[in-house]
Amino acid sequence: MAVFELPDWAALAPALILVATALALFVIDSINPHTKNRSLLAGTTAVGSLAALGVAVWFMVAGVGTPTAAGGRGVVELFGGQLVVDQMALFFMTVVSVVTALVAVASYDYMGDHAYQAEYYSLMMLAATGMATMAAANSLVTIFIALELASLPSYALVSILKDNRGSVEGGLKYFLIGALSSAIFVYGISLVYGATGHLQLEAIADNLQGAGEYGGLLGLGILMLIGGFAFKTASVPFHFWAPDAYEGAPAPVAAFLSSASKAAGFVIAFRVFTTAFPLEPTTAVIGVDWTLAFIILAIVTMTLGNFAAATQDNVKRMLAYSSIGHAGYALIGLAGLSADGGEIVMGAAMMHLLVYGFMNTGAFLFVALAEYWGVGRTFEDYNGLSNQAPVACFALGIFMFSLAGIPPLGGFWSKYFLFTGAIQAATANSAMLIVAAALVVNSAISLYYYARLVKAVWIEDPVSGRDTLAQPTGLYAAIIFAAVLTVVALPVFGPIADAALEAATVAIS
Amino acid sequence: MMIEALLAVTLVGALVTFVAPNRIAGKLAFGISLIPAALSLWMFTAFDGSGNALLDGELAFESQFEWIQLGDYTISWLVGLDGISLPLVVLTTVLTSLAIMSSWTPIDERESQFYGLVLFIEANLIGVFTALDFFVWFIFWEAVLIPMYLLIGVWGGPRRKYAAIKFFVYTNVASLLMFGAFITLVFGLGDVTSFALPEIATAMLEGGPDGFAGLGGSALASVVFVAMFLGFAVKVPVVPFHTWLPDAHVEAPTPASVLLAGVLLKMGTYALLRFNFTMFPEQVEAYAIPIAAIAVISVIYGAMLALAQTDLKRIVAYSSVSSMGYVILGLVAYTQFGVGGATFQMVSHGLISGLMFMAVGVIYNATHTRMVTDMSGMADRMPVAVGILVAGAFGYMGLPLMSGFFGEFAIFFGAFGSGLLAYSQLFTSLAMFGIVIVAGYLLFALQRTVFGPYHLETDYDVGRAPLHDVAPMFVLLGIIIALGVAPELIFDMITDAVDPILENGGDA
Repeated sequence: MAVFELPDWAALAPALILVATALALFVIDSINPHTKNRSLLAGTTAVGSLAALGVAVWFMVAGVGTPTAAGGRGVVELFGGQLVVDQMALFFMTVVSVVTALVAVASYDYMGDHAYQAEYYSLMMLAATGMATMAAANSLVTIFIALELASLPSYALVSILKDNRGSVEGGLKYFLIGALSSAIFVYGISLVYGATGHLQLEAIADNLQGAGEYGGLLGLGILMLIGGFAFKTASVPFHFWAPDAYEGAPAPVAAFLSSASKAAGFVIAFRVFTTAFPLEPTTAVIGVDWTLAFIILAIVTMTLGNFAAATQDNVKRMLAYSSIGHAGYALIGLAGLSADGGEIVMGAAMMHLLVYGFMNTGAFLFVALAEYWGVGRTFEDYNGLSNQAPVACFALGIFMFSLAGIPPLGGFWSKYFLFTGAIQAATANSAMLIVAAALVVNSAISLYYYARLVKAVWIEDPVSGRDTLAQPTGLYAAIIFAAVLTVVALPVFGPIADAALEAATVAIS
Repeated sequence: MMIEALLAVTLVGALVTFVAPNRIAGKLAFGISLIPAALSLWMFTAFDGSGNALLDGELAFESQFEWIQLGDYTISWLVGLDGISLPLVVLTTVLTSLAIMSSWTPIDERESQFYGLVLFIEANLIGVFTALDFFVWFIFWEAVLIPMYLLIGVWGGPRRKYAAIKFFVYTNVASLLMFGAFITLVFGLGDVTSFALPEIATAMLEGGPDGFAGLGGSALASVVFVAMFLGFAVKVPVVPFHTWLPDAHVEAPTPASVLLAGVLLKMGTYALLRFNFTMFPEQVEAYAIPIAAIAVISVIYGAMLALAQTDLKRIVAYSSVSSMGYVILGLVAYTQFGVGGATFQMVSHGLISGLMFMAVGVIYNATHTRMVTDMSGMADRMPVAVGILVAGAFGYMGLPLMSGFFGEFAIFFGAFGSGLLAYSQLFTSLAMFGIVIVAGYLLFALQRTVFGPYHLETDYDVGRAPLHDVAPMFVLLGIIIALGVAPELIFDMITDAVDPILENGGDA
């Protein structure tokens, strides 16, 4: 028996800590607007996001958000169900805060000589707050607000290198496509509201029957919502901002967007489709099984991402396309749902997003390190880096093989579960066999370009006349930490899988 | 917990070696590798298992605990040894120690990383041969690829980049095919609740799959059988999936070649035996003729390819294709001597091909060429190394009282009398003809390189090889002769584990 009960809103603590950190950064900035005290700013950011991480993990372990039937403290609903803190919310808050922490530590070196230190970190914390709120949002309105809260700082972060053409161009493209997809998303919300008369997700589900005569309208609204998710998760058809934005953005920001922002996009997709549009009643109303859309999107996204990645010469663009490919893998989590289950695929997609948070962030941070060194951007420029920086290159090897899904690294586990889940889903929907086959074929293709980077740094002869490479503490720490997490996923995958599967089971039921 | 100890020692040893200074890495790795070798030899003497690991046999050194619960399926850590896997584990540990010693001369850059990777491979190979849960097994199976890719890619010959990526892509694509097929099978088997191989084997033999996604039960079993056979066939390799092998071997540094031919190829045949030939007796019978045809073609075609080579290492590499053909023939015969002989041949070929690659490597260290046309009369300058090369070649040809003789004899004996394989006499006779070609190309190559007047255009000082190059070859030769004289040392435990397989379809 606890001595005192925390109020319900305390369940939002991870998001609240993130926003408090952002405010603290504003305070620091207003006390000394020209501070160059990088340690203070990056330190505050890192401590804030680590605190959010710790609280989120603690809540999960302590059973906050776990249904009382399963021995937990119950799902916390706030503001009339506008926000909800359940296992899925906490799981994705964990993903967001761990990525934020890694990126903040890495930015200490990368953004070292940048003029707008406080702005950079506070924008990042605001975006992280938006993403954490996305994890908990349970109504189309809160989802939209959280989405915009995450997006607007992101546009600014991408173009924060104001004098760099690529950065500004990437930011502009990101913003234009983001604005377009937001418009589509809002229009989709209005159609869903028009058909069902509700915005809160459970209420939408309860009123699907009433939308009978507006089935087409509802279907169109759902399609538009999918457009909004596709933008946020960098999936087909709104994927094309990603390569330009990631390439132009500072590498830590690219890491942040491609890992945390993608995961946040997926959590709202998971929540909206499992809560608001349960498969059977929705199919009865709109006449089409919405998993079909995700099956097509998953196959197209992963194939397009992988083929495009295989043809790149620029490492950062390769990673950008690979990030599109991984969005395709995660989409399997929705494609594999069926009336009688699918918790394995969805749990696997959640695991994949978590592991992806480590390995992809690590890979982008290695690019950040390379940019810090100034060695160039293409595969050839990376040749033989292992002679001068074996530790970082060893970590890079771990990230690449993990992204390719080679055991015993973390990426293998989540891909393995995705595959197993897809095959199991095929008992209900044999189209999932094609998805499973596409997953395998794409994994095989992806090995080519991931191994190419490993080959460049480890096997090719070094570029002659390269200067000695520095060892920036923050970047190295972040990269090594990400590599350790990718490897340690092996022994601790049991609890991770349990958490994700439980969360998925609760979300689906 | 012996197997866990074995794995842990090797993995920790790999990490220690990885961070050790280059200067001492070779000696350190050798010292470390003696621990798993000694442990596995102790396990060999203390072996108390009986029967087949998948078919209700008594496992030795078994340990099991649940790991991950995935929906209705349990993934558990399940390891153990039976009469098929134990000899292969001993082969792995002993061959790794010897391969490490044989790399002291040729490896002269990034030593700590090299030896660390070799030990890492060893750990994964032990895992492949001991794991009895599909999930655990697959992790080890795939994890072998990364270090081997790097061994070839970083320390290999001039075309190493091409060879490394070819090796990786071929074997990985094959693994994915096999993996997809097997997972489909597990879901097709209605009442299975784990990935443990014994449980799956039992379910397969008691009724088989119910069907999956529109495929009926027996159709599913056939599809899975063929897909898994193809997946493993690349690893073995058999014709026409063999083209990665010569490239990988020729470019790989000597110790990597030793492990590649000695143990990695056996992963393919071991998996064929464990999966295809244990779980699918009906499909083995149905596809016996095509499989036997593939085996015979591999034997003859591989030997013909070897005949056409002028690079000593390529000759040995292609002859592996030929030897692996014998193993497949023995498996498909489905008799005690056939399958038992095939398993014996896996060990025997691991020893002999390892020996041959070491001998060629020692000659290369001194001459810096492997071309048959570049040298002659090497016996004059390197009598000991060349003597061992000749002895190894005779082992390859199947000289009695060496292990190769017993392995091939058992395979032919078993295959000739096979009741399951139609036209078995014809297939066996054709395969026997391979022996003639093997003798032909080996003798032809030896005649040109080691005998005759000494001739070699080189600036290098060619002299006797150092002791630490020759010693591992003597050890291998000793084991080869010991197994040739007393094959029952391992053949008894092999047949003990093979017999239960044959009770389900073949004639025991």
